[in-house]
This record gives sequence, structure tokens and C-alpha cells, in this order.
Amino acid sequence: MTTMAERTHTTSGAPEPASGTRTLSFSKAINEGLRAAMRHDDKVMLMGEDIGPLGGVFRVTDGLQAEFGEQRVVDTPLAESGIVGTAIGLAMRGYRPVCEIQFDGFVFPAFNQITTQLSKIHNRTRGAVQMPVVIRIPYGGGIGGVEHHGESPEALFAHTAGLRVVSPSTPQEAYTMIQEAIASPDPVLFFEPKSRYWGKGAVDLEAPVGTDTLNTAHVVRQGTDVTLVAYGPSVATAIKTADALAEEGRSAEVLDLRAISPIDTAAVVASVRKTGRCVVIHEAPVFFGAGAEIAARVTEECFYALEAPVLRVGGFHTPYPVAKHEHEYLPSVDRVLDAVDRAFAH
Amino acid sequence: MTTTNGSNEAIPTLQLLDPQGNRVTTRGTKGYRDRAAALTAEDLRGMYRDMVLTRRFDDEATSLQRQGELALFAPSRGQEAAQVGSAYALRPQDYVFPSYREHGVLHVRGLDPVDRLRFFRGSDHGGWNPTEHNTSVYTIVIGAHTLHATGYAMGVQRDGTPHDKNDGTAVITYFGDGATSQGDVNEAMVYAAVNDAPVVFFLQNNQWAISEPTTRQTKTPLYKRGEAFGLPSLRVDGNDVLAVYAATQEALERARLGQGPSFIEAFTYRMGAHTTSDDPTRYRTSEQEEQWRRRDPIDRLAALLRSEGALDDDFEAEIKAEGDELGAQLRDGVRALDGGSAVSSMFDDVYATPHGTLATDRAWYEAYDAGDPPASQYAIADSAQGGAR
Repeated sequence: MTTMAERTHTTSGAPEPASGTRTLSFSKAINEGLRAAMRHDDKVMLMGEDIGPLGGVFRVTDGLQAEFGEQRVVDTPLAESGIVGTAIGLAMRGYRPVCEIQFDGFVFPAFNQITTQLSKIHNRTRGAVQMPVVIRIPYGGGIGGVEHHGESPEALFAHTAGLRVVSPSTPQEAYTMIQEAIASPDPVLFFEPKSRYWGKGAVDLEAPVGTDTLNTAHVVRQGTDVTLVAYGPSVATAIKTADALAEEGRSAEVLDLRAISPIDTAAVVASVRKTGRCVVIHEAPVFFGAGAEIAARVTEECFYALEAPVLRVGGFHTPYPVAKHEHEYLPSVDRVLDAVDRAFAH
Repeated sequence: MTTTNGSNEAIPTLQLLDPQGNRVTTRGTKGYRDRAAALTAEDLRGMYRDMVLTRRFDDEATSLQRQGELALFAPSRGQEAAQVGSAYALRPQDYVFPSYREHGVLHVRGLDPVDRLRFFRGSDHGGWNPTEHNTSVYTIVIGAHTLHATGYAMGVQRDGTPHDKNDGTAVITYFGDGATSQGDVNEAMVYAAVNDAPVVFFLQNNQWAISEPTTRQTKTPLYKRGEAFGLPSLRVDGNDVLAVYAATQEALERARLGQGPSFIEAFTYRMGAHTTSDDPTRYRTSEQEEQWRRRDPIDRLAALLRSEGALDDDFEAEIKAEGDELGAQLRDGVRALDGGSAVSSMFDDVYATPHGTLATDRAWYEAYDAGDPPASQYAIADSAQGGAR
């Protein structure tokens, strides 16, 4: 089987070939990425609740069952452990399942299958059995959802060896990253920032598909005075903060991690050694969050380059709040600016 | 037959061989009797041999644990008919998802006996390559593997595997009475049922989930769980190797023919402890153990074979010699395990592709192990990650 690393994306012979650069919403970009991966490899299949005729509650799988049929786009029973557990068995038989968990808060019934089985079978079998399974999880808040519809549980998975944990921030990244995740022989937790689903951007449908986005951070904006580290939904917040700082005459570098397992430590370190300041932004609770890991690594490696302690902006140690309060919980531009001010005050 | 939940209500149970080793002829069981009758004397002698060797494996492994050579062992004593009988109905292309006590199944599948103790030695989390014998490694989280079996069976369906009672492909998953309370086992039956997946749910009801009797797991006979999900379900005398074989063969053929999943409850008894760390005297009576000793699956088959002239002292001596050889192989093989693997092998096979965080940890450990730890664990991140972030 050709791996996606060996090719640039083509859709020759497929109906309605997607080509060129188009303006797509974030959700449509994932949809096109799934379609491209399914056209490329007939072992790729989708599993999840309401992903067939409905196209998923966010319509990310819209039209895919019509194109690829019920054997490859499977409306599963309403049981998340079953989705992931059967995906593991399908992977053992040579398939590449892409599971959709309907909302972040519903991944927990599958937590055991993900952390004790999916993450460990390659190791348990000393490499004899690979687990090319992708688990797509719409996550994060800001859409006025009810309980369990706004959470950010990524750190719980990053803490487990054997899993890769990634989150795209733009339609282009979403399109490329979903294909790289599907091509990965390791299991990937693919966190989709649901507040960004409707945002649009240019997507090059012929962008090369390799492995970069699963392993490396991306410098979204160059800067000299402070490094803003973010991923997923917080990258847009970081960019807006950088815009505001620019008006004040401060130059912020914005780093889009893309992956939090692995963390591209070298990229973070290189940036902070240059700027001397670091603020980490994520919607997940700060306590034991990805920011804590980054702060520890930066402190250890950039100690003499730091002008100020690494600061974190994110969720509080509360249950994800009710929709009426969520915008005070989420890391806003104002709260990030406050953290940058504190960093400069040192 | 009575249940241990105190009820004397008769539960329909397929039995072809009674505890005294007599073939049983009951109305309505002709199909199963025909399947058992197709077993030649040589087949039956093979089953007997494999059951005896499975028990020998148990005894040897228990001794090795007592000598400190194994961290733990979970004996299968008492369940030899359920395991060997069902495994005899399998074909090489069928795929097995065991729990962690299926020593008899693995024996029949041809797995190396020393490999089967790697897990219990603490030298491996698995111990063998699943693809070599179409047999997955042990799964310790109770019931989790029943979903893997179901998913694997869904893959078999998607491969367009031919529907043929011999050449089709079936999947079988083994689990216990405790596992039937797990959500995953119930979800597996839902997924199998709605997909018509070619998987056989093989429950060994050995009546004890460590210290908890089946009364802590269920108010109904467990084969009814399968029925409730729409699976053809059958309770068999799990200490009757003929009944187990016939029922499993029927269910596997159903799967290979594309006729969907089945559920078998093999009603048996865990004659030994849960594991070498367990103490059954704290929770069950010796009277109960004695009662089940009289239903020993090996004695039962021996009685049949002797009455049919298929077992003599020479054959017993031959098996004994084979068992002695197995014992020596296990003692030597187990003691030699893990000499060759470096501690740093813990970093192997965590991922199939390079992962920066893991690479950093490995590089730090290897430097530390060489007596040259860097000042910062992450100071080496740049070089360790290189192109392998």
C-alpha cells in the first residue's frame, strides 16, 4: 500500500476531482480531507453516530456515505466504547477506521478502549500489530452549548504514551492534518475546534500530504518580544492578541503547536530563546494542562534566556461553565494581554 | 443440573457425555450427537492428550510461580474441556481473542509454551505475534477484547471473505462470567448483532469472578444474555468436551457461512484459585470444590476412552513422558527469558513512527545509563528530535 508520505495528493480517476485552491469552511475542509483519504485508500472507513444520511451533527461527513456506501461510512450503535473497540478490531484486520465522537464530553465511555487498548496494542505485540485509528473529537467551547458540549479533554490523552494528539487551527491545516492522521500507523486523537467549524479560509487541495503536521509546530507570525504558544481554537485568539500588541508597539511571535503529543519542544525553545517571554494559551483547564508541560520544558531549557516566568492563560479548575458564563472562562484577548503585561512587568 | 444461585430450576444444558463418561442420548440433540460422532477415536485421543497436557502446563506454571520464576499465574484447571473442545472446532484461518486464562486454547492453536508464560514472567506485555497463529495476545482489562473480536469480524465481512462452512472465516472470543457484567461485552453483542458479524461469544462460566459467585453478576442464566441481544444462544455442559466441541463447531460454521454471531455458555468450574495470589478458602467451601472434582472433565473423557477401548496404559505413559518433556522445556525456557532484552527496550514499539517526546526520554535514559546524564533532560531535545520530531 502506498503511504500518503510518498505522494502528493491526487484524485485522478475519481469523480468530481477536487483541485486547486478553494475557499472552504473548516468543517468542509475536513470533509474534503476525509474524501481525499477515502478515495486514495479503500481501507479507510468512517464510524460514528449519525454520520451517515445526516452527515454528522456538524455535517463534517456530509455526502460521504452517498459516495462511499454504508460499509465504509458506518452509522454505529450509540455506544462510544463500541465505536473505538470495534475500530481496534477492524485495524487488526487491515482497515484504517476514522471514528467520530459526537462531542468532547462523550469520549469518556471510550476512554478505557483508547487508553488501555488502542494506545498499547502496538507495544503489547512488540510492533507486530499497528493501530492506524483516528478518533475525531469536536472540542472546545464558545458555541453556547449545554453541559458536556464545550470541554477540552486533550491533556488526558496526551498523558498516555502510544497516542498522538493533534488539533488543527485553520481550514488548510484541517484538510492536510486529517489526511496525515489517517496515514499515520499510530493512533491519533484529532481534536477539532468546533467554534472554528464555520470559519472560512483558502485551502490548497493539492497541498502535499506527509507527516509534518503531526510532529511540528508552525510559526504563524514572527515576532521578537514575546512568544504566544497556542493550538486549535486558541491560535485565532493568539493572532488577535498579537494584532493588539502590534498597535502598542510590541512584537509577538505566534506559535501554532498543532500537536501536543509530541510537543515540538525544539520549536518552542527556539522561539522563547529569541523573545525571552512565553505565554501559553488553551481553553483546557490550566491546572495540569498542556501549558504546565510547556512551562516546565521552557523553564528547564531557556532559564537564562527568560525575562519573565512562563505564564498560562486558560480554563479554571471548575466544570466547564454554563453557556452564559463561558466567555469569561475561555481565554480571551483581554486575558492574554493581561498575561503579556505581567510578563513585561518583570 | 442445578445452578449455584440456589435455584433448582432446570436450565436447558446440552450434554453428550455424562460425568461418568457415558454418551448421553437426549431427544433433540441429534445434530450435536452427529457432530460428536464424526470425531474419530484418534481425534478423541488427541483431545484427551491436549487436556492432560494443558493441566500439566498449569501445574508446571504454578510451580514456577512458587519458585519465584513467574510473577503471577492464572490456572485453567477444571476448564480443559471448555477450552480444548472449543479450540478443536477452530480452523487455522479463524481468529481467536482470548481473555487471559485460555492456556488450553493456546495449546491447541500451537503457540510455543514458553511464549505463553512471557506475560506471567514479567518479560512481555504480550508474548507472541498474533498474526502467526491468528490468535491475539491476552487482554487483562476484563471484556475489552470482545469488542476487538467484533470489529475484526466486521473486517472479515468487508473483505468479502467467502461464505463457506469450512473455508469461510470465523472469529471467537473467550470471556468469563464476571465479564458479562462489563459494558464492553454487552456493547460487543449489540455491535455483532446489528452487523451480523461472524463472531462467536464463548463464555466460560466458571462460577467465580475471583471471589464473587455468579449470583453477584446475574439474576438469569447467562446464556439468556446472548438471547436478549438476538444471538442464537446455547448453554452446554462445559466439562463435557463432546458437547463443547459440537456446539462450538455449529456456531463457527454459522459464522463462516455469513449467518451472524452466536453465544455459547460453557457451564464449568474454576477448580483452582483465580491466580497464584488468590486464596479460595476465604470465600468458598471445600464441599463445593469436592463436588466439582467429581465432575472433572479429564476423568470424564478418560472414562469414555477406556470404555471404548481407546485408552490404555501405554498411551497414558506416552502422554506422561510428553508432559515431563513439556515441564523440562518450561523450566529451562522460562528461566532463560529476558536475559537478552536491554532495559532500554521499554522505549521500543511505543509508536510505529518517530515521536519527539519519546525520543527525548530515550536519549536521556541512554545517556544516564552510560553514566553521562545531561544537565537538562530537555537540553538534548534538539539533537534527539533531529528529523524525528
